Amino acid sequence: MLPNKSIQIPELSLVVLIGATGSGKSSFAKKHFKPSEIVSSDACRSMVSDDENNQVASGDAFELARCITGIRLKNGLLTVIDATNVQEESRRDWIKLAREHHFLPVAIVLNLSERVCADRNALRSDRAFGAHVIPQHISQLKRGFKKLKFEGFRNIIELRSPEEVDAIINIIRDPLYNNKKQEKGPFDIIGDVHGCYDELVKLLAELGYLDNGKSLFHPEGRKAIFVGDLVDRGPNTPAVLKLVIAMVESGNAWCVPGNHDIKLLKWFDGRNVQIKHGLERSIEQLVNETPESREKMKTFLDGLISHYVFDEGRLVVAHAGLKEEMQGRGSGAVREFCLFGETTGETDEFGLPVRYNWASEYKGRAKVVYGHTPVPQAEWLNNTIDIDTGCVFGGSLTALRYPEGELVAVKAAEVYSEPVRPLDYEKTSALNLQQESDNVLDIADFTGKQIVQTGLAKNVTIREENAVAALEAMSRFAVNPKWLIYLPPTMSPAKTSSLDEYLEFPTEGFEYYKEAGVDKVICQEKHMGSRAVIIVGRNEEAIGKAFGITGEGIGTIYTRTGRPFFNDKETERYLLSALNEGLTTSGFYDTFDTDWVCLDTELMPWSAKAQALLQKQYAAVGASASHALHETNNALGQLLKRNIGGNELANLFEAREMETARFVKAYQTYCWPVNKPQDHKIAPFHILATEGKQWTDENHEWHMEQIKKVCLAGDETLLATPYQIVDLNNDENVNDATNWWLNLTEKGGEGMVVKPYNFIEKNAKGVIQPAIKIRGREYLRIIYGPEYTESQNMSRLKARGLHAKRALALREFALGVEGLQRFADKQPLRRVHQCVFGVLALESEPVDPRL
Amino acid sequence: MLLTITTTHYPATDLGYLLHKHPDKIQTFDLSAGKAYVFYTEVSEQKCSAALLLDIDPVGLVRSEGPRGNDFALEQYVNDRPYVASSFMSNAISKVYSSAMNGKCKDKPEKVDVAMPFSVKLAVLPVSGGEAVLRQLFEPLGYHVDAIQHPLDPAFPEWGDSRYFTVELNHVITLQSLLSHLYLLIPVCDNDKHYWIANDEIEKLLDKGKGWLETHPLKEMIVRRYLKNQRAMANQALGVLLSKDESDDTDEEVSSETTEALTEPKPKIHELRLLAARDQLLHAGAKTVADLGCGEGRLTRLLMQEKQFEFILGMDVSYRALEIAKDRLKLDRLPPKQAERVKLVQGSLTYRDKRLRGFDGAALVEVIEHLDEPRLAALERAVFEDARPKTVVITTPNAEYNVRFENFEDGKMRHSDHRFEWSRKEFEDWGNGIAACYGYTAVYKSVGEVDEEVGALSQMGIFTLKN
Repeated sequence: MLPNKSIQIPELSLVVLIGATGSGKSSFAKKHFKPSEIVSSDACRSMVSDDENNQVASGDAFELARCITGIRLKNGLLTVIDATNVQEESRRDWIKLAREHHFLPVAIVLNLSERVCADRNALRSDRAFGAHVIPQHISQLKRGFKKLKFEGFRNIIELRSPEEVDAIINIIRDPLYNNKKQEKGPFDIIGDVHGCYDELVKLLAELGYLDNGKSLFHPEGRKAIFVGDLVDRGPNTPAVLKLVIAMVESGNAWCVPGNHDIKLLKWFDGRNVQIKHGLERSIEQLVNETPESREKMKTFLDGLISHYVFDEGRLVVAHAGLKEEMQGRGSGAVREFCLFGETTGETDEFGLPVRYNWASEYKGRAKVVYGHTPVPQAEWLNNTIDIDTGCVFGGSLTALRYPEGELVAVKAAEVYSEPVRPLDYEKTSALNLQQESDNVLDIADFTGKQIVQTGLAKNVTIREENAVAALEAMSRFAVNPKWLIYLPPTMSPAKTSSLDEYLEFPTEGFEYYKEAGVDKVICQEKHMGSRAVIIVGRNEEAIGKAFGITGEGIGTIYTRTGRPFFNDKETERYLLSALNEGLTTSGFYDTFDTDWVCLDTELMPWSAKAQALLQKQYAAVGASASHALHETNNALGQLLKRNIGGNELANLFEAREMETARFVKAYQTYCWPVNKPQDHKIAPFHILATEGKQWTDENHEWHMEQIKKVCLAGDETLLATPYQIVDLNNDENVNDATNWWLNLTEKGGEGMVVKPYNFIEKNAKGVIQPAIKIRGREYLRIIYGPEYTESQNMSRLKARGLHAKRALALREFALGVEGLQRFADKQPLRRVHQCVFGVLALESEPVDPRL
Repeated sequence: MLLTITTTHYPATDLGYLLHKHPDKIQTFDLSAGKAYVFYTEVSEQKCSAALLLDIDPVGLVRSEGPRGNDFALEQYVNDRPYVASSFMSNAISKVYSSAMNGKCKDKPEKVDVAMPFSVKLAVLPVSGGEAVLRQLFEPLGYHVDAIQHPLDPAFPEWGDSRYFTVELNHVITLQSLLSHLYLLIPVCDNDKHYWIANDEIEKLLDKGKGWLETHPLKEMIVRRYLKNQRAMANQALGVLLSKDESDDTDEEVSSETTEALTEPKPKIHELRLLAARDQLLHAGAKTVADLGCGEGRLTRLLMQEKQFEFILGMDVSYRALEIAKDRLKLDRLPPKQAERVKLVQGSLTYRDKRLRGFDGAALVEVIEHLDEPRLAALERAVFEDARPKTVVITTPNAEYNVRFENFEDGKMRHSDHRFEWSRKEFEDWGNGIAACYGYTAVYKSVGEVDEEVGALSQMGIFTLKN
């Protein structure tokens, strides 16, 4: 018995087992790895041919194994290849695959004697291949063994006897050097220093770092992270290096290498490098350093890790940035990318390589902070930020405070080096990088089946056929997607009333909330107009800054499907300026510390937007019904005079004529002529978002009161919505609200909306309906027809299912809030648009439109 | 919903025999969509009036299963069907007055062929096309027509008139002819969704139209509207009815779109645009081409006929249009090699799209004007910056030419979905801006007959990527 032993492999390994048939690879794999980690050639042969020894199926089996392995590696999962792998060409493919996914190839070689293998195979009835196979395998293995290192294996572990194999009791998975996920910060990430020692010291002081004689440290335990390019071009490279080395060694900083740092290392190593691009200055300055000091610098630079992943994977720091698929991985390609980024192979008019802007396509979860390319200002783009603000070129040295997101910068004292390309080159737009990039979205982010993660409802799934419909609606009719930060959710009515003469009644609305565990609700008058989302800013500049939209005015008004509300831009302009006036006069902008607001509103009159519907449908039915019924009742009158009966018929049609009159009156209530913009009314009811904030945390009473202030300060187009707060355990309260509804609806009002007092209310089952509508008896005639109140109709109409509508309302609500939150968090438009697109897509679900 | 038939033929009470309905009874009949009642409002030897009253069940119309289906349209509970004379009325006439319609009268067969003075009142009759159409339908048959058109809502005079009429028709005619005329012409006036189209409709049409439809000046319209939306059936019926004269593709159905839009001379100009786009792509030597905004696939089809094009992508935002294109191009039935050459995808030019990268040529025929002008910025980037085909051909109407249209009105465009139409200068300014911004050269050409003053009907820009 040999002593127990552990072996170590990197956590992101592709483990290639090598050994003749019968050498015990499968048993070894089973002992040390999870079943899901093992890709076995036998199992794959069996899957594609029903026979695990069918050598004819090897080609297909390999294809399957390669496919599974590729997917696992893409997903960052350690994988073990259980196959003989004794030939160089079979290993070559695995090494290539590992490299493609920036995994480290590891070889575990079971180099056992021919007798051991033959004995083991003899025990198995299914391994009856020729006697020549094992010696052939072993000879191939021995021939290739010495070359394994050159083939590209990073770790090679050889086990030479069954005893050695059995002695292995543990395989330890070492985290990669770049894995600092347990380090959660807070951090101060510092851009390219390039020997600008004075600025660095000043910046660190500004960030609150103190000197303890040996190093700089932060009294609150913050750590500095340098994005590399400490050296070259600037006035004092040695001092910078010494400072950073002291901070890193004392555990007060991390540092990743930049291309200049690595070039200096090469020079230290005596390798052939071109002494230019600022290296000449470093060399000059290093003349006075002692050999020990230079050795220390060299060792430091040599030990730098290409990039780091911090804070549970939420933060990545690399000199030139890093694509998602390379983060936390190790390969030559990863290191190259970290140092140089990606280039297109072209050069620009200054002779510099054109960089491929990987960040413009970045969709990763981790924030990536990097430098390398000097930019006039550090700006976020798709969750990445370049903080090299060209200090050495006379710009500034910038630090990003993480997780705060705050930028701290120190101006360069002078221009230490003339940039080949001016710092503000390419800066032509008034928009920031993200807004510029958001001008055109990628269709791949919205088509097909979509799963949107929301804070409220976990995942919301959008079916492909709904996305198809939404794409057309969005492309043909919607406003600029940059405006679309929110689409309102659909709203379910209350359960059918238990009263004979009512289809909907407040009781069921209150019951819903009481059963859901809510004691306090708000009842808001439901205006009969058209839903409108309004965004308005102090001025065009405010809109440009917040939304990245220029030349489209101080705001927008769009419908619940994202279409422009008005074809007539004049009216829109007037209403926006009236609202702006109210917001300004009431002090809203100052109170909310914002230059813009997004409101959920009802815009009246209904006839303004629903003109076509009114004329083609409602007025048409009114006109045809009243004239037809009038003639009918004349005829029935003549019939009655003949005294041969017909009373019943006459009564029936007389009632119909009255119902028709009520129907006409019902829709007329919501119509008034609009001759000038002031004839419109806007009734806002939610403050959806302002700068950096969405407001669903505030209760509805707060919303109503804030809005009332604006309405009172504005002109006659602004309408504050009457509301009642109801304690559901207080019968008097409930009665009052019911009477309030009766009163409203008898006067022709559409009805009311009951909402939980808090904007978002959850119980054990999850989020509950954010609103329930209770529509008036007369109003419902325009939904269910003039005659719906007749008992034979009412009894049939009462059979209606709300489940689909309510499920839809919740999903749309979750998406709506999520979109607002993402916008408030200044996430890329793609992320906001996903939510809005999702709501539009869900709206194409077939749900009874009368609900 | 109400049809009153009055006669003053002496003795007027014969109407009871002819209709086979007792004047002193109120009779009820079950119909698929509700009930019908027949009663007499006046009975004397001088004058006799029989009323046919329909009681359509509006809830039943929606809730019952049947060929109508339930397509979740909001209007279903709120619609005019219960109150107007429509195909339901025809249905009721044929059911309730069947013997009269078939020219039978058990008790007084000698009266069947007697032309009597009849006065018919319909409340209310929807007439698509207004009073003129109403008159053109009934007057050639000898009717005296009185019609009152009702306003949509007297409280809102600005909404204008409705399509509903209370109609009185007077004629001396046999009852059988009268009923046949009503049977066919009521749904023709209505011209809305009919609640029946059975395979024997053609037979019914020919049967009820016997002796008068052949010579009616509006016979084509009557056939087309009666067999609404059944073009194949309508053509078959016309074939039977007409000696093949002028029954070309002249559709009298004036869709809402064309009434609101200027009418381009059809069908030539669109064909010319497609051919011009194809020729430009051929000329550019393109091997892989994208038909962006391919619609129902007319350009795609032309491109497929050219061997030079090795791969053709058709893209449109409308899934429905693509389905039609797929059908028309018979993609399912192409041999595999041919099928590989063509691909149709749903996509939108306001989003960038990796699938569009790497093409030699792309055509946008009558596409850009369907986007709101502010959205063009997204299209420019998607096409010229991201997809970056070597050649891009764009056609769009030349707005200057609009003055040459017969129904020209200032500001009126050629299609209700056009968001803008550009003059030659506007188009060229836009094109030159793009060319400069994205590294293309631009050349402009006319499409269609050129008018010296206002240019051609359509204009085309050819953009070529600089090396």
